[in-house]
Amino acid sequence: MDHPIIQLEGLTKYYGRVKAVDNLSLQIGKGEIFGLIGPNGAGKTTTILMLLGLTEPSAGKAMVCGINATRHPIPVKRKVGYLPDSVGFYDNLTALENLQFIGRLNGIPEHAITDRARKTLALVGLEKEMHKKAGAFSRGMKQRLGLADLLVREPEVMILDEPTLGIDPAGIREFLELIRQLSRQQGLTVLLSSHHLHQMQQICDRVGIFVEGRLLVEGNIDTISSRLFGKEPYVITVTVREDLSARPALEQRLRSIEGVQGVKVAGHTVELSCRMEITPEVVRLVVQEGLGVTAVQRKAYGLDEIYQRYFESNPKMSETHGKVQHVYQ
Amino acid sequence: MEKSSMFINKILPARQPGPVSPFRVIVRKEVGDHIRSWRFIVMLLLILFTFAGAMYVSLSNIRQAVANSGDPDHLFVYLKLLTTSDNSLPTFHIFISFLGPLLGIALGFDAVNAERSNGTLIRLVAQPVYRDNLLLAKFYGALLVVGVLFLSLVLLMIGGGLLFTGVPIELAECLRVMAFVVLSVVYVAFWLSLSICLSVLFRYAATSALTAIGIWLFFTVFYQIIVNMIMRSIVPDAAYLPEESVISFNNLFLSLMRIAPSQLYTDAATTLLMPSVRSLGPLTMEQMAGAIPAPLPFRESLMIVWPQLTGLIAATTACFALSYWLFMRKEIRT
Repeated sequence: MDHPIIQLEGLTKYYGRVKAVDNLSLQIGKGEIFGLIGPNGAGKTTTILMLLGLTEPSAGKAMVCGINATRHPIPVKRKVGYLPDSVGFYDNLTALENLQFIGRLNGIPEHAITDRARKTLALVGLEKEMHKKAGAFSRGMKQRLGLADLLVREPEVMILDEPTLGIDPAGIREFLELIRQLSRQQGLTVLLSSHHLHQMQQICDRVGIFVEGRLLVEGNIDTISSRLFGKEPYVITVTVREDLSARPALEQRLRSIEGVQGVKVAGHTVELSCRMEITPEVVRLVVQEGLGVTAVQRKAYGLDEIYQRYFESNPKMSETHGKVQHVYQ
Repeated sequence: MEKSSMFINKILPARQPGPVSPFRVIVRKEVGDHIRSWRFIVMLLLILFTFAGAMYVSLSNIRQAVANSGDPDHLFVYLKLLTTSDNSLPTFHIFISFLGPLLGIALGFDAVNAERSNGTLIRLVAQPVYRDNLLLAKFYGALLVVGVLFLSLVLLMIGGGLLFTGVPIELAECLRVMAFVVLSVVYVAFWLSLSICLSVLFRYAATSALTAIGIWLFFTVFYQIIVNMIMRSIVPDAAYLPEESVISFNNLFLSLMRIAPSQLYTDAATTLLMPSVRSLGPLTMEQMAGAIPAPLPFRESLMIVWPQLTGLIAATTACFALSYWLFMRKEIRT
């Protein structure tokens, strides 16, 4: 990466004797959405706090936009907008007043603050609630207000720690879409921390899996998936209208397709294990047999499976510790 | 809300058109929060009632007080307004020695821990603000409110006195009254600083409030009893002691008592408001010989109370330094 916006080099943090972050090195480029995935206590928030200069690293350095966050936290904070996992607002102030306060703290000229705050509230869908006291806001509304609070400063980098906590499913989709739009339209670099894997898969360009303060693997989800599950068989499931128990010859014909390792026929579905991607050939044959295809599904190895593999079922995880696997497209 | 914002804008006008410094922004917010808070309104009403009561009593007795030519301070009408009482009600500065700590505690007991538990602390420190500015702004904002409150009260007292007596205030009296205001603000600042320190130390606002009130109760009620008990147990019968030992024990008693901030405040307030007070310790007959019972100049009174004043300032600074040290070292997440 030529000019990374976020650059961590050997970042380490001890709390007493406990190593919260262990020799973390990472680069995030401009306009990229990077997801930090890991269980609670993995060191995600500590890493974020070091990036903001809010806690001092025991070793290594964190650079944001080329500025050392530990030595010069104020210029870094001017460039970074941070949404903590449990964001709080002054309950006695309205949403607009809360944003105006943050605007003033960030040195936005008085004449521009209100206008900018109103626009930002409209952007996150809180324009009707701008004169309501923040104390009356639901958790989801507070998260939206948190995003507005971050955007009102027009940052170059957004750091979102568990941003979708407490938002309803429809709201989550909108929220993530908004983050993606902002990143694409305004070139914002986003660092997202979460353990909601499907959300991270929806939005992130790259992810890093974090456990016990160590970054185990980082890269594009598809690439990590093919690297991890490359040797696993492709599983294709075809569902048809007709009952397949009356067609014993179908199984034999499907087995004759090159790459097919196994076929299971039951009721209206046929499941094939294959060495390679042969979905079009399978569908073509089923249609030639005069069957009405209603659904075709190919099992994909997503972030859920990657996570499972790393955290639960990989007996060699301990061997991987300390060695970051960089997986790029 | 709009009115209080206008008031804040008047006392802390934002510099136009450029941006305001983050420190000023937080101070303005703190002042606004205090003015709107119920706890401050309750404390304000309490102080206003005691002020009105003390003024009513002193105005009712002012004629006799200024006519008493045996009193060397009888010509200081405005100081008499603050010190005259017919024993039905304590004087205003005695009320302040009780209520001042409560005011300080009320304004500072949840300064930091409430921000932490509401989740606003991390949001605040993630802004381009120095962490120490946050603590300083909280202290300064509360102190500004206290200063304005006390200044308004004495100006009210001077105005009322002027209307009631028609006697213009002398410069020396004005200086003494203003020094009393400064002293009262410093006294409240100590309790404010202590309560802010406790709010950094303890996670829950209730714990810090109870601890601060416990310390206040200890110094107000129990401390004098404990010192008296200690003195009674270590001092032999004074009748059998030489003069030097009596003076030395007396000085020890006073020194122990002056550990209590309220004692320092009462000593200093009495000296400032009663110009004839020449010493805050025991005086021998030799020292008294030839002394004319006349009021001291303001500068002399100020020299007498200087140790008390610096003691209060030092205690305030020590508490603030401790809170600063604790706050800067504490992890922002905990």
